[in-house]
Amino acid sequence: MTALGAKKARLPGPVLRAVENVLFALGLPVLTVLLWGIWSAGSTNRFFVGPLTILDAFRRTWIGPAFVDDVLPSLYRLALGLVASILLGVAAGVVIGRLRLLRELLEPLLEFFRALPPPVLIPVMMLLLGITDTMRVVVIVSGAVWPILLNTIDGVRATDSVMRETADSFRITRWERLWLLVLPAASPRIMTGVRQALSVALILMVISEMFASSAGLGYRIAYFQRNYLVAEMWSGILLLGLIGVLLAVAFGLVERRVLRWYHGMKEITRA
Amino acid sequence: MRKVLLGALGLLGFLVGWQLIPTLGLVDPQYLPYVTDVLGWLFHELRDLAFWRRLSYTMTAWATGLAMATFAAVVLGAGIGLVPFLRRATHTMVEFLRPVPSVALIPLAVLMFGLHLRAALVIIVYAAFWQVFVQVIYGVADVDTVARDTARSFRLTRRERLRYLVLPTALPYLLTGLRLAAAVALILAVTAEMVIGNPGLGRMIELSRSAGDAVGLYGLVAVTGLLGLLVNVVFRFVERRSLAWHQSVLAEGAAR
Repeated sequence: MTALGAKKARLPGPVLRAVENVLFALGLPVLTVLLWGIWSAGSTNRFFVGPLTILDAFRRTWIGPAFVDDVLPSLYRLALGLVASILLGVAAGVVIGRLRLLRELLEPLLEFFRALPPPVLIPVMMLLLGITDTMRVVVIVSGAVWPILLNTIDGVRATDSVMRETADSFRITRWERLWLLVLPAASPRIMTGVRQALSVALILMVISEMFASSAGLGYRIAYFQRNYLVAEMWSGILLLGLIGVLLAVAFGLVERRVLRWYHGMKEITRA
Repeated sequence: MRKVLLGALGLLGFLVGWQLIPTLGLVDPQYLPYVTDVLGWLFHELRDLAFWRRLSYTMTAWATGLAMATFAAVVLGAGIGLVPFLRRATHTMVEFLRPVPSVALIPLAVLMFGLHLRAALVIIVYAAFWQVFVQVIYGVADVDTVARDTARSFRLTRRERLRYLVLPTALPYLLTGLRLAAAVALILAVTAEMVIGNPGLGRMIELSRSAGDAVGLYGLVAVTGLLGLLVNVVFRFVERRSLAWHQSVLAEGAAR
């Protein structure tokens, strides 16, 4: 470790180090795309198309009216489902986490619903609610709420006992207690739950549209595949991938902000 | 004891509540069938060989996908995680590929392999791979510095270091990844059957829905939930058993 550090310190200046970082960050992706391009140019397999063809299809397919007709409604449902899951999961989680009796009553049921593969709820919701936009949002909530709920319960339960007793002796009100003690103490776990919920919600958004829809991202991609529009299909996969990556990045930013005190505290205890 | 009783009570309450909803006419039994009907269907199916065959299709896809994903993730994860250069070079690629929802690959898999088990396996392996891979990369890089220096002072060979240093450090990570991957693989196994239509429980769910067989649909959904529960319980048990020596498990035992 020390040998490596000494070698690094001898590198001339921070410019070179920045160049090195960029090379490390972009080297492999650029290389992969290049190899892919060369390989697909010589390949006769019609299911693998080159990166340039995909980019062109991406521009033709998604930039323009399709963005408003297919992508935005999907994203809107995703956002709606996520917000509802977070509100519902945190609210129910705080209540269940604080009442031991309720928790013990519900534990086996919650374990069952957590283990249930979320996409099987799509046919059930179709039966109960019909093929509507409400159904698609409810499907997202019915899958994404469990990780948030269960993590909130654990977070609320694990509130530090000294802090709890301090709050008791200061006789703070119920609301103050919730805002100043319970929710902040549970927030690291809540964020863990939200991170798991993000990927579940994205999956459910896509599948509910592949199943029962005549618009939306999932429907479009399935449509391209059924009609052998290979480049368009790849562009749809690319778009879904981009949405996944952007969601992960956005979540990372929010998490860093919400949990700044927590990460700071961990660093102090480590030092 | 109190926990078990209360849990059973909660379950009973849920079932009674479910039974009351169609009985009181809140929801048409055509859309939400009586619990008694669903339970009757379950007992009937459990004696039907065709049901077990479908279950075995699903579980075969699950086990095959999980095994392939785990093997690839352990080999690649250990190889990349142990070499700092590779770890740095692959970081962006991993962060970009990991959040790609595996269901986005369904159309591609169908084009490549048709409506077959192999198409389903693509989806299952892709989803399960990242769960294990990321954990293994963290795991092999997490070796305690004091332990590493000690091993160096004792001049442990490469093989010895892998056996006594890296493996014990990475094992808890690997098992966590395996538990997460097992749950994800089951989700994708059932989903693939629903969307792609390779035989199994998922396809049966889709068929029951399009045939309007609500009792069968709810019964099958309950079966997949029980399967998920079983997978969770088994992998948690394995994790606890094989890490009985580890501090996290020991501390939990002491706290009880």
